[in-house]
Amino acid sequence: MRSKSAAAPFGLWMLIFTIVPMAIVVYFAFTDPDGQFTLANILEIRNYAKPFLSSIYLGAIATVICLVLAYPLSFIIARSTERVQQTMVMIVMIPMWMNFLLRTYAWMSILEENGFLNQFFGLFGLHFNMINTSGAIVLGMVYNFLPFMVLPLYSVMAKMDDRVIEAARDLGCNHFEVFRRIILPLSTPGIVSGITMVFVPAVSTFVISKLLGGGKNYMIGDIIEAMFVGSASNYNLGAALSLVLMILMLLCMAFTRKVDNDEETIGGMMA
Amino acid sequence: MKTLSRIYTALIFLFLYSPIAVLVVFSFNNSRNRVKWNGFTLKWYADLFENELILESLKVTLTVAILAAVISTVIGTLAAIGIHGMNRKLRQTFLAVNNIPMVNPEIVTGISMMLMFVFVFRMTGLLRPGFFTLLLAHITFCIPYVVLQVMPKLRQMNRHLYEAAVDLGCPPVSAFFKVVLPEIFPGVLTGALMAFTMSLDDFVISYFNAGSTAQTLPVTVYSMTKKPMTPEINALSTLMFLAVLLLLILVNVAQIRDASKKGRKI
Repeated sequence: MRSKSAAAPFGLWMLIFTIVPMAIVVYFAFTDPDGQFTLANILEIRNYAKPFLSSIYLGAIATVICLVLAYPLSFIIARSTERVQQTMVMIVMIPMWMNFLLRTYAWMSILEENGFLNQFFGLFGLHFNMINTSGAIVLGMVYNFLPFMVLPLYSVMAKMDDRVIEAARDLGCNHFEVFRRIILPLSTPGIVSGITMVFVPAVSTFVISKLLGGGKNYMIGDIIEAMFVGSASNYNLGAALSLVLMILMLLCMAFTRKVDNDEETIGGMMA
Repeated sequence: MKTLSRIYTALIFLFLYSPIAVLVVFSFNNSRNRVKWNGFTLKWYADLFENELILESLKVTLTVAILAAVISTVIGTLAAIGIHGMNRKLRQTFLAVNNIPMVNPEIVTGISMMLMFVFVFRMTGLLRPGFFTLLLAHITFCIPYVVLQVMPKLRQMNRHLYEAAVDLGCPPVSAFFKVVLPEIFPGVLTGALMAFTMSLDDFVISYFNAGSTAQTLPVTVYSMTKKPMTPEINALSTLMFLAVLLLLILVNVAQIRDASKKGRKI
């Protein structure tokens, strides 16, 4: 079956609706509202260094927490029997299919001043001020993106050969050494793709910070949103700021590809 | 060790499901209070079905999701067949393009299409933001999921089957419908269902491309969360959750059937 032309509608569609729009973002970033070339928008970016840095900072914390939480869980899932594995993966996936706005909204009732968290810990005389803090934003990110970390980790761990771990034990490795020398290197591709899959959406989110951060902890997503929706809109500056997010995404992809290539040699040796 | 990992797993699952439990339980709460239980009621469900705004956006959401799923499935399946027949280099380029909407931050995908529609509208007066732009945007982010579901089925397929059909005098088009399509159908179906759920669930891209005339349900929910809350949202989310759960079960049944069919063949 040699029918390359079947992909023609796809090629045309993706050209018009994916590649051209990205070129138009670049065009808007380098022009003023009258369509004249300008660098003003690009220079203006430095005034937004603070929200950019705080988005990267919060996104990075959320990514690390996701990794720490997901790693043992994925390992537990991957070491279960096949039937249990399928069920547990389903259990991790199902919340993802509930609209994330609604889930984040539910966290508002848990975290707020008289919310369920404080009702529960109130029994022990404890009280937490969570809502409208950057801690609440990080929690919202961890909650929404945890499955994106579990799935790639689980899929590399499920493919791991038990016999390699047994061999290492037989040859005298203790638990820590088995982890450091066998499990960790073999799961690196999963860690890398998990990090990208959590970090990129976490940095660029604008809903979580609005709902849980009380609208005073601005993230870069909130600022870009404001540039496109509402009265204070400025498409050209918004495009320039989005350009930075696009570059961030490209960097993440390059990082993934690099580690993947390094891994291929190790994987090749293993096989 | 075993107990420890059980407790750990249970804690994570508790974390994942507690907000959902809160939403579902409080959809039956007989008060507008979000944190205090006040007795059982079904009135929010009844109110929900009288809320014009919600019903209207539900209609938009479903129409867009069905159209986007059908169109992206056709384009995506054809694309997978075309890409499958390409040489390595061309195939990698096409797959890289296919990945763009999946790895791009959603907000960037959303605003890039919005800017293009704005641009075209300024130039020609066509494509005013509304139902049509919304549909175009949804088809775009749905296509990659279909391609990724159909590709592996094509790789598994025995390509001599198609060649045999053609050699025996079957015209290529009917060979496609009689031989290829039945083989890859599970992938096509999963792709279509994934496209449907993705479209149903999308907020960010719809938010920037819907205009004011064609709000989807998530966009409406977002505008509702800004105002003093009504428990109708809880009722709505419970129903949506059930709907998605049902769809997921359907997808799974389709996959299990496919797997057991394979098992019989072997």
